[in-house]
Amino acid sequence: MSFFKVENLGIRFGGVVAVDKVGFEVRRGECYTIIGPNGAGKTTIFNLIGLLYPATSGKITFEQKEINSFSPHQVADLGIARTFQNIELFEHATVLQNLLIGRHRHRKTALWQELLFTPSVRAAELAQREAVEKVIDFLELAKVRDNLVAGLPYGLRKVVELGRALATEPKLLLLDEPSSGLNPEETDDMAFWIEDIKRHLGVTVLMVEHDMNLVSRVSDRVLALNLGSVIAEGTPAEVQAHPAVIEAYLGKAA
Amino acid sequence: MRFIFKTDYAQDIRLAKHGGHLFWYGLLGAILLAAPWWASEYVMSQLHFICIYSIVGFGLMILTGFTGQVSLGHAAFLAVGAYTEALMQAAGVPFAVSISCAAIFSAAAGIIIGLPALRLKGIYLAIATLAFGVVVEEIITRWTKLTGGNEGKHLKPVEILGWKLDSDAEFYYLCLALTVLCCLACVNLLRSPTGRAFVAIRDSEISASCLGVNLAKYKTMAFAISAALTGVGGALYAHKLAFISPEQFTLFQSIELLTIVILGGIGFLHGAVLGAAFIIVLPQLISIAKGWLPEGMAPSGLQAVVFGLILILFIIFEPLGLYGRWLKVRTYFELFPFYRKGMFRRQKSYMKSERLR
Repeated sequence: MSFFKVENLGIRFGGVVAVDKVGFEVRRGECYTIIGPNGAGKTTIFNLIGLLYPATSGKITFEQKEINSFSPHQVADLGIARTFQNIELFEHATVLQNLLIGRHRHRKTALWQELLFTPSVRAAELAQREAVEKVIDFLELAKVRDNLVAGLPYGLRKVVELGRALATEPKLLLLDEPSSGLNPEETDDMAFWIEDIKRHLGVTVLMVEHDMNLVSRVSDRVLALNLGSVIAEGTPAEVQAHPAVIEAYLGKAA
Repeated sequence: MRFIFKTDYAQDIRLAKHGGHLFWYGLLGAILLAAPWWASEYVMSQLHFICIYSIVGFGLMILTGFTGQVSLGHAAFLAVGAYTEALMQAAGVPFAVSISCAAIFSAAAGIIIGLPALRLKGIYLAIATLAFGVVVEEIITRWTKLTGGNEGKHLKPVEILGWKLDSDAEFYYLCLALTVLCCLACVNLLRSPTGRAFVAIRDSEISASCLGVNLAKYKTMAFAISAALTGVGGALYAHKLAFISPEQFTLFQSIELLTIVILGGIGFLHGAVLGAAFIIVLPQLISIAKGWLPEGMAPSGLQAVVFGLILILFIIFEPLGLYGRWLKVRTYFELFPFYRKGMFRRQKSYMKSERLR
């Protein structure tokens, strides 16, 4: 059975068709990448999957559940986590607090227990911290654990955001341009982490990315979009050599 | 300078992070407990007000400081608490029940006003809450059968299980105990998942919802908790004044309550207490200053002018409020001589093009 499937997905903003009849399927445990020139509709697809925009048409299914009518927090509760292209961290909180908010879907305590801070809340809090500490170890964030996000450099913020998504213990991880704004070494680290997330944590990754070097290193399959429609799908090498893709990026030969 | 070496997850959760905390809060507690012995009647009365305004300040801090929702209608919740207490006491309901009801009814009012808040933001939310405040004030004035209208309501001193709290000291201990309880509840809330969800909503609604925070539920909850605390404050307020009428719950009162959290330092529970103390002490300072001014130089509206001026100056020069100022002074001495000016400056965040709303 399919793990995550998008069928006939479309959205129109007024007269602009941003995404048109896009369909693809992500298999459990793979890294699936969406590429395309600027304005191809990649991030819009992510926002449709996260249900931040209501889709004009189409069906999104995750583990045999149709999620179109869900609200964003319910999508997160199912185990779909995401990062943002332009980083949406909680700036006036420490790295640790940011990651702890990622644990929100694993909370078990009721409001009255929290007001009294009963022993069960204490135990739950300790367990949350232990889980978060694993992510901190994995992403080597120990040094900045207690720093405010507002004071961190861009590259580290990107890693913190990845950590926050991982802290939710997702089944499907959506990464929106994980390498944008990173220098070559940081991009290299990011590639290692994405591989590890896939191999060792067993998380399925769906990502949008521009850096073809990173894409061919970590992706199993690639989908190429242009102007809201699918133009090619296949292994990274196949898609890169596809005439329609070359045309979309470079234009037609005269 | 103190370095805290963490070896245990429980250290993050503990209330007192180090011995200094224990010592200073212990000292503060001892001084406050001993207040009836060292304070004059006048100072005791001021302490009553500081406790009451602190509780209301906690409520508003949860909503505005931690969840990021502005409210210009908190006088309405204060009124709901105060009138619930007045009416229930008149009906002979025991204090423990009536003050709980004050909290519950205020929370219900909070949920009602929280509903439009799910769609409104920033200035629009401020206007909606402002309108709510005016509506409640109007209801209190017009519903003379229930509230007595402009004639107001009188209250007797608090009575707990037949024990009349009619001295200043007894009422003071009641206020102090409730303040400490409310403070602990807020601290507990803020170190558990719900409090973190509030902060998440304040800093980025969109990523909060993508992490599984139900925005509607948590915003309503913030309004309810905030209103409940304000209701408790309102009940005590009614007892303190022993007489309540609609004039005490005007827009001006709401602004004064908002001033508490802004002056005190938005986003810090300490700020609520500092702000409350400041707002109680300020009128006295102004009246002392009036005496020094030459004859005819002290206009009657001086207090409102000074209030407004201080609010403006704080927003421009010290957006972190009194508590923020204290943090800066402390850091200056801790790091001496390495403190630099820009240390607390909020960094401009990186471009956010992906604003979905």
